Amino acid sequence: MDTEILARIQFAFTVAFHYIYPPLSIGLGVILIIMEGMYLKTKKELYHKMTRFWVKIFALIFGIGVATGIVMEFEFGTNWATYSRYVGDIFGSALAAEGLFAFALESGFLGVLLFGWNRVSPVVHFISTIGVAFGSMFSAVWIVVANSWQQTPAGFKIVGEGLNQKAEITDFWAMVFNPSSVDRLSHVIIGAFLAGAFLVLSVNAYYILKGKFLEIAKPAFKIALVVAMISSLAQLFTGHNSADGVAENQPAKLAAFEGHYPKSEVADLYLFGWVDHKSKEVVGIKIPKGLTFLIHQDFTTPVKGLDAFPEDEIPTQVNAVFQFYHLMVAIGMLLIGLSLFAGFLWWRGKLFQFRWLMWVFVWAVFLPQIANQVGWFAAEMGRQPWVVYGLLKTSDALSQAVTANQVLFSLILFFFVYLLLFLLFIYLLNKKIQHGPYDEKMEDQRPHQTASVPDFN
Amino acid sequence: MDTFIGLEYNIWWFLLLGAVVTGYAILDGFDIGVGAIHLFLGNRENRKIAINAIGPVWDGNEVWLVITGGVLFAAFPPVYATLFSGLYIPLMLFLVMIIFRAVSIEFRGKEPMVWWQQTWDIAFSVASIIMALALGMVLGNVLQGLPIDETGEFTHKTDFNFINPFSLLTGVTTLGLFMLHGALYLGMKTEGKLYDQLGLIIKNSTVFFILAALLLSFYTLLYVPHLTDQIKEQEWMFFLPVVLVLLMANIPRQVSKRNYGYAFISSTGVISALLVIGAVGLFPSMLHSTIDPAYSLTLYNASASEKSLGIMLTIAMIAVPLVAIYTGFVFWTFRGKVKIDEHSY
Repeated sequence: MDTEILARIQFAFTVAFHYIYPPLSIGLGVILIIMEGMYLKTKKELYHKMTRFWVKIFALIFGIGVATGIVMEFEFGTNWATYSRYVGDIFGSALAAEGLFAFALESGFLGVLLFGWNRVSPVVHFISTIGVAFGSMFSAVWIVVANSWQQTPAGFKIVGEGLNQKAEITDFWAMVFNPSSVDRLSHVIIGAFLAGAFLVLSVNAYYILKGKFLEIAKPAFKIALVVAMISSLAQLFTGHNSADGVAENQPAKLAAFEGHYPKSEVADLYLFGWVDHKSKEVVGIKIPKGLTFLIHQDFTTPVKGLDAFPEDEIPTQVNAVFQFYHLMVAIGMLLIGLSLFAGFLWWRGKLFQFRWLMWVFVWAVFLPQIANQVGWFAAEMGRQPWVVYGLLKTSDALSQAVTANQVLFSLILFFFVYLLLFLLFIYLLNKKIQHGPYDEKMEDQRPHQTASVPDFN
Repeated sequence: MDTFIGLEYNIWWFLLLGAVVTGYAILDGFDIGVGAIHLFLGNRENRKIAINAIGPVWDGNEVWLVITGGVLFAAFPPVYATLFSGLYIPLMLFLVMIIFRAVSIEFRGKEPMVWWQQTWDIAFSVASIIMALALGMVLGNVLQGLPIDETGEFTHKTDFNFINPFSLLTGVTTLGLFMLHGALYLGMKTEGKLYDQLGLIIKNSTVFFILAALLLSFYTLLYVPHLTDQIKEQEWMFFLPVVLVLLMANIPRQVSKRNYGYAFISSTGVISALLVIGAVGLFPSMLHSTIDPAYSLTLYNASASEKSLGIMLTIAMIAVPLVAIYTGFVFWTFRGKVKIDEHSY
């Protein structure tokens, strides 16, 4: 195994693990706003308990997101030093803005959220909840902007020659609003809403099955179901816009999504299939001319295929990109079906009458998670062999000073420590879920400290 | 380069980077220190109190690490790239230990068995010690200089060249300083049995730190001349080591009167003074090249573009005060002595 493949595996592993948590934070943030808003509006104790319970779970998820996020921030420099030099002017400012703005907002208000129930007024607390929710979304803004710049660079100029070549920022707002950032950001944020909503649905479906905490579980389930219905439908539009953007800005990636090889022919849309890269054929169930219709709204316009590009400028793993992309789309459709079906039952007043449906919701927590992961895999593997699209290849982005052994060593270390971290997460989450949304006392969550004067004498 | 209040942008960023690194060392320094002395605190009750003394703040302290990484990447991309890829092993160890330590803190109090708590106690303490050593070694390599060639890239592809006499000394010195800093923090935050035992721990870590610091100073004067050149050339700068010694001398004086608050302020000052002396020694270099000083990455040749620095400065001017206010707010909220209750670790 050479350094490049190890470094890519390490990045994929650490970022995939990290990406379990931020979407949950973003999704839970929105649901917390709704829950606490209901509490302020109705003054009912059940909404208060509900909010307090989910704040605790939010804090756990946020903590792990931060710890794994620090690793990502350092990994650009350790494993991808050439990349860091090349894009530092642009990527660095987006990352620093995230650290300073989003992160400070989120961490700052989180303290109030957790320990301020008895210290600040309900309205101030609600404002803090909004602050935390928006802080977590701003994080996504800066990170997706940075990644979108890799996909569709804008607002920069290239200076220097050879090894010293790098991108320099010329227009901050053109960099922020590069051709793909708005489409991709909306797609990512809605995906995060789904992740959060389905976690809340899962936990409350479990309570309903067990017959526990019903007076809190049922309204919480309904709140999350509303978010799930709206988000899953909205995801259709953001997904379509993102795909349109890919067709326009990254035609090789789009061709890989659908396994479309001919240089310029009308393209089909596959429901599922298998790409044979050698024979350049796809076996599967397809809608003839579907892709052409989706992109151009007609049945005659040709779509650029993979053969239109040099062999060293198309993704190496076409079938993997195809499978990840199709799995994401399939799960998206499934989530729409599931949410709308539950919504229909709710409308008929039969939502909680089917135990099997509750079991489906208990396990459905994994669906948005998988869709988020494979969506990123498709986006990033579809971008290959480029790390910055059309400008810098992944193989040229590595650290020159790092050996394969070093990467392997740290990969093994991270594998074990993340395994431990994941076990801890499941253990604590389970503990909190079993304990349920009742706390005996209105207490602060951290060691209680007597307010005395610091002993300076 | 454009200027802001009379200083060029890249000088500003050099100062800002110094400020966030110092902030991080002061804040995470005491909770790493509390971890490092954890096994010397005696019984389970004392250890529990000690962990809860850093409970509300340790993860907030790590926000400063995130900011440090972001500032370095944004303002000095070549330095970030060369340093992080060149010192791969200690930095990766440091990152793994951050996570391992967080896991230990969380797991420790969750089960009642003695073996369970002891295992996580050891994990917590060892992880803290490795973090302090790794940080100190990274700092030592930065101060001593790295084999950087004309392309600004790290040349030696060996896994363990980050271990050398100077970096070992800075690692051990950092560990001693953090232990002292952490013990003083516990003195501020605890009472009862643990409080009464702290005197001995503080004494030992003071001796440990002073011995290490003296060795480090001699080694620097003898073998790392480029660090002392600035102070030699500009005699007025000699006040820096004087201030450092005075601050250090103040610690035992305050401890003997049990004024742990003032002693902690002094150790905060010691950390700041050491980092300032290091920064002055390096200036204007950020990564000194041991191959040829001309290859060094300086704050002039290794900064981001003027436009990028300007954008970032705007962002920082808005955000840094916010972060500072938040940190102060949390420390104020949790001022006073630790009390254990059912929500404790």
